[in-house]
Amino acid sequence: MAVTVAHIPEKIRRQTSWTATLRGYLFILPVVLGLIIWTFGPMVASAYYSFTDYKIIFPAGFVGAKNYINLFTRDKQFINSLSVTIRYAIMFVALGQVTCLALAVLLTQKVRGMDFFRTFFYLPIIVPYVASSVLWKYLYNKEFGPIDGFLELLGLPAVNWLGSQDTVLLALVLMSVWSSATTTIIYVAGLQHIPEELLDAAKIDGGNGVQRFIYVTMPMLSPTIFFNVVTAVIGAFQFFTPAFIMTEGGPAKATYFYNYNLYEKAFKWLEMGYASAMAWVLFAIILFLTFLIFRSSPLWVYYDGEVR
Amino acid sequence: MGLLRWRSALKIRSSVRSAVSGAYQRPGLRMEMVRKAAIYGLLILGVGVFMLPLIVMVSTSLKSFTEINSYPPSFLPKKLIFTNYAEALVYRDTMFPRWTFNTIFIIGAILPGVVISSSLCAYGFARMTFPGRDLWFMLVLGSIMLPPQVTLIPLYILFYKIGWLNTFAPLIIPAWFGGGAINIFLLRQFYMQIPRELDEAAIIDGAGFMTIWWRIYVPLGRPALISVALLTILGNWNDFFGPLMYLNTPDNYTLALGLNAFRNYFPLLPRTDYLMAIATLMVLPMILMFLLAQRYIVQGFVTSGLKG
Repeated sequence: MAVTVAHIPEKIRRQTSWTATLRGYLFILPVVLGLIIWTFGPMVASAYYSFTDYKIIFPAGFVGAKNYINLFTRDKQFINSLSVTIRYAIMFVALGQVTCLALAVLLTQKVRGMDFFRTFFYLPIIVPYVASSVLWKYLYNKEFGPIDGFLELLGLPAVNWLGSQDTVLLALVLMSVWSSATTTIIYVAGLQHIPEELLDAAKIDGGNGVQRFIYVTMPMLSPTIFFNVVTAVIGAFQFFTPAFIMTEGGPAKATYFYNYNLYEKAFKWLEMGYASAMAWVLFAIILFLTFLIFRSSPLWVYYDGEVR
Repeated sequence: MGLLRWRSALKIRSSVRSAVSGAYQRPGLRMEMVRKAAIYGLLILGVGVFMLPLIVMVSTSLKSFTEINSYPPSFLPKKLIFTNYAEALVYRDTMFPRWTFNTIFIIGAILPGVVISSSLCAYGFARMTFPGRDLWFMLVLGSIMLPPQVTLIPLYILFYKIGWLNTFAPLIIPAWFGGGAINIFLLRQFYMQIPRELDEAAIIDGAGFMTIWWRIYVPLGRPALISVALLTILGNWNDFFGPLMYLNTPDNYTLALGLNAFRNYFPLLPRTDYLMAIATLMVLPMILMFLLAQRYIVQGFVTSGLKG
């Protein structure tokens, strides 16, 4: 009996007749259609628009690479928004990864009641960006905000968090770090995947806590760090809602993020062609950065089973 | 390098461990107590810092308007003003009940589409064999990398031309086409772990693939499906950009748009008490959902994150 059971499925598995193919495509049909209608079709259209001066009310006229050339040579606002976004990304990646990793180390300590504590650290992920933007705008308020109120109680000078070009990016980074519990969650899972025996072995060898972290935890965790850094960089280039609600790109365009700039170009000034070019440049930047991080990964990402 | 050394130490671990554990693991009971106290101290401090914004939100929502705008700032309300909530909900021509209904309606229309279509596609990718399957799966995964801005403008123009602007259709219909690449990925990961023997036994019993999907994969995949459903609810309750793009008359707003519009009712001196009351009401259902189903939500983030 066991023999027959093992043999029939083997036949079924190898079956690649047209009915099997059809059946397979029927199952994945929703996403195949979805990709064609909502992704590939629009991608082609968007690539075409990016070479035109399309403005929704007028028919599109072909302008060649003019949009792309103008972006880099004439559009000071584009350069500014690129620089704002990159500065934000660097601060967000640095501060966010260090904070989330430290939190994850804390949250994987073996003490009673840890599940209870984790709940509170994870809770900010469920706060909608609109609500947290409204909330943090109040927290950062110069006249009545609790943060400055607290600083003054301590006798420290109040900070014009959102009103000053020097602090506004940091203010947004701090708020984003507060809402990045997803990153913490992924680090916690990564830490839990590190085999206990490795750390035990290190302990027997006399490795102290810091050594164990540097020589065992970090290499074992590096694929997770890699993933989180890539996600954070991509996230920085998608950053929109807080800038839209809290600062409206200001002061003096200091938070005029790439995505915000693109949104206004397309839907305030209706320069659909130009905005499409911006979208493709954004895609190219994200691909390039991911490629850079990916290329650098052999230097610092350790995959299990790899021999050095 | 250090890692390799510790790995070789691993081999003798099992024999040595029992012998040494008494010797090396006790740097003294007092040290252990200090360590635990430090961990709990840090945990409590962290919870305080992370919960503070939400505590301030709720606390401010219950303060009187004069108390909010007086100096020095108070942490907890001197007198609880619950009427803030009632007043905020019916403030002038706002439509919070309507906006809440719209949000729930949209989620209700999206949810079955996401759950059914992502599950079908995930099953197809996980368990059927046909030419082109891996290519399409790569395309699905690749589409996660594509910044949504690239397709945004053509989709907007498409929805404009077919008369879908200022309707819920652009938010609902695309969700029925595969339900999102990440969800397909998440479910596929889960389905791959279901033993193939179950399918094979069912095939021998004469079951078709639809039956196998419905009778085996849907019930056994329930934890993953719940994760997908909860993340979908969370994502759409919180979504700001989608509604901002496609909905433009107040009667069609979602809660996120409504809260944003509510800010503009107070161009000079914001009624922070009202804003915080609405923000609290918007966050509250998600907090409840998180507290009730934290495991599923966290697992959803982990699966879509870790193995990506």
